[in-house]
Amino acid sequence: MKSPIISRRGLIQTGLLGLGGLALPLNALSQSNASIVIVGGGFGGASAGRTLKDLLPSAEITLIEANANYTACPFSNLVIATERPLSAQEFSYDRLQAAGISIISARATSVDASGQIVELQDGSQVPYDRLILSPGVDMRWGALEGYSQEAAERHPHAWKAGAQTQLLRDQLVALEDGENVVMTVPPAPYRCPPGPYERASMIAHYLKTNRPRSKLIILDAKDSFSKMALFQEAWAEHYPDHLEWRGALDDGAVSRVDANLKTVYTDFDELSAAVINVIPPQKAGQIADAAGVSDQTGWCPIDPLSFESKLQPKVHVIGDATIAAPMPKSAFSANLQAKVCAFAVARLLSDLEPIATTLANTCYSYTTPDEAISIAGVYSNVGGQLSSVSGAGGVSPLNGDKAVRQAEAAQAAHWFQTITNEAFG
Amino acid sequence: MTGIRLSVPETAARGEVVEIKALLRHPMESGFRRGSRGEVIPRDIITRFECDLDGTLVFASDFHPAIAANPLITFHMRATESGVLTFRWTDQNGEVWSDTASIAVT
Repeated sequence: MKSPIISRRGLIQTGLLGLGGLALPLNALSQSNASIVIVGGGFGGASAGRTLKDLLPSAEITLIEANANYTACPFSNLVIATERPLSAQEFSYDRLQAAGISIISARATSVDASGQIVELQDGSQVPYDRLILSPGVDMRWGALEGYSQEAAERHPHAWKAGAQTQLLRDQLVALEDGENVVMTVPPAPYRCPPGPYERASMIAHYLKTNRPRSKLIILDAKDSFSKMALFQEAWAEHYPDHLEWRGALDDGAVSRVDANLKTVYTDFDELSAAVINVIPPQKAGQIADAAGVSDQTGWCPIDPLSFESKLQPKVHVIGDATIAAPMPKSAFSANLQAKVCAFAVARLLSDLEPIATTLANTCYSYTTPDEAISIAGVYSNVGGQLSSVSGAGGVSPLNGDKAVRQAEAAQAAHWFQTITNEAFG
Repeated sequence: MTGIRLSVPETAARGEVVEIKALLRHPMESGFRRGSRGEVIPRDIITRFECDLDGTLVFASDFHPAIAANPLITFHMRATESGVLTFRWTDQNGEVWSDTASIAVT
């Protein structure tokens, strides 16, 4: 790659061209009056609804979502560091409703894949011709000894934005100068691979600015992570006294949490801290288990051409819940997978085969409130196999000057505005 | 990097039961897995762990392919006399890794 800016333009063009190729036979698609049900109103579900409504204006599109509003995870690390209000993360479904998508405000509890019916918590049933599940992640309670839903009320994961984000922010604000913060990071895969390290940067920035005698210690189950060299460069420059990272080689993997003692345990060590942010192991959102689309890994195997489940017919899965490596679990991935899935569903309902396309992802991470770094990837699903397109994508340059980092921070803000506008605006 | 991590209390009262931990970073490749091209990944495992106090065996364990990578061994020992604990891992090919830690019994 020559520079991150040029490569990003390149990949956006590739992504658009890929989808443009899919969009050609629009006339053939527009007649379907099929009933398509989407469960989960995050970046994946909302984008899928929007795209399907454009492709199949006569179809009946229903979005089932338990929460009245959506609280977005990207940029929520800035909320934790008091750099941004939580309200800036919240989005309503009013515009989707106005676009002709039916919104059912309820929790979907099970799916009868052979009868093609989604069951809601109140017992009512929603039939479908095609179902798209965009369930995001759930915490794997019990996978980390001592970390339960009750423990999460004291030691927030804040890995789903909303009340947990607010709780971690409140705990950080209540911290006495000199008291420490501990963050634990699980083994891969989990939602947003660089997310813990952006959060660490934001917490370290808060401590450096407001609690200069305090420190953040990251206990990591891994020895390497996304954008590692760039993060470590930024940490050495900005937070040498406020951030310490311990990888698995340095006994960083946490094996137990004691919420009463405010203590975490590794194989050889124990650390107590005033604030403990436990990012626990994760799995596909609960409805994936109920629908029978998740496997023994806890995640959902899919056909990368159509994002149709490999385990249940006519059920598609998109976003963080899928096994889509090398694509990461990100809002960008979910949004693009939603579009590819929507095109495939529209083609399948018109008796056309799904066709191969190009996918992409960019993850921005803030290292200070006005500087950011990024990683971009381009992916192909040719032959029903997701693979990285070699020579495409890349990461921000090392030793980039402040102007480069600030330009990326501005791009990140524009990206958030664009993607939330596309999904919810 | 030695790859060995030990946890031994520096001091103990005579008769006290103390906890000892020992970890060696090792892949413990079972020999049952296959690589991305379908080839069998050869077995590469630790087969024996021993801990002695000044030459007297305190704890030993035989290892088999089902044991996970980077095995962590935790055992308890009654502290009877001061001395040097030697920890020794031997792999299937006879390669040996070892380290020592002192304990003072009062």
